[in-house]
Amino acid sequence: MISDLIFMNGYGVYVWSAFAFTLIGFLSLYFIINLQLKKEQKRFEENFSALKEEKYNVAINQEIYKEILKNSGSKI
Amino acid sequence: MFDYFNPYRIFKINSTLQKIVFFCFVLVLSAGLLEALFLSPEDYLQKDSVRIMYVHVPAAWISLGIFSVIAILSFSVFVFKNKNFILISKSLAPSGILFTLIALVTGSIWGKPTWGTWWAWDARITSMLILFILYSLYLLSFRIFEDQDRSNKISSIIAIVGAVNIPIIKFSVDWWNTLHQPASISLVEKSAIHSSMLVPLIIMTAAFALFSVLIFLMKYNTELIKIKNKGLKRL
Repeated sequence: MISDLIFMNGYGVYVWSAFAFTLIGFLSLYFIINLQLKKEQKRFEENFSALKEEKYNVAINQEIYKEILKNSGSKI
Repeated sequence: MFDYFNPYRIFKINSTLQKIVFFCFVLVLSAGLLEALFLSPEDYLQKDSVRIMYVHVPAAWISLGIFSVIAILSFSVFVFKNKNFILISKSLAPSGILFTLIALVTGSIWGKPTWGTWWAWDARITSMLILFILYSLYLLSFRIFEDQDRSNKISSIIAIVGAVNIPIIKFSVDWWNTLHQPASISLVEKSAIHSSMLVPLIIMTAAFALFSVLIFLMKYNTELIKIKNKGLKRL
């Protein structure tokens, strides 16, 4: 039964490799994009923390900045 | 109307949607894999190798769909001068190129047991390879040119010119003698595929579409944060 599923009448190597390539492609792209997102969020947080008080007060009131910080799980 | 394309609005929706889309994707993909690999019947002629269709066809459909959207948005950039269209297009491209690659590789794997060869310079395969090159050029244009206006213009031109390739891919099986069979599924005519094979195909297409939405949401937020990072320095 299990060997039937694996070998698929001799086509198993083609079918499994096609599905494996697809899933590996999905995982790779997901992790690459997630890594880029986390990197940008971290960089944003660092830049935000480095702002001088006057600029910080301007930035903290902008909705988009608040949303970015909220999503990156920042404690600022 | 363009308020709907407001970056802040999209960013806010994106952040909420990401988890929902991820959950739906895992759920639909699991159901699709179960159907495609275990529950759907084998083909009377191609036997079990027909199961490759469940990853090959959805990947090809979505790669074409994404490039069409990129081409329309790129044209709209010139007409409406809305730079957010570039951001949307740029965020769609990574999943588009991955799906084109999946279509090419799984097609090649399917070709060996079916046609007896990994590759043939057949009209459909060649035009899909051209699509892969177009996606690569589109993405490379953002890296090569440092001037943002220039890279936006060049990438848009690549997408608009590349749009010519879309009908070529679609109708290549009708216009030329190719190894590919004519389309089995049509929006206006009755499908030539039995429902036992059509259902897993539709589920896998939905899963692939959800994956491209997920990648789009993540990439869009990344690009927007990148822009806002530059904005912080200018404050």
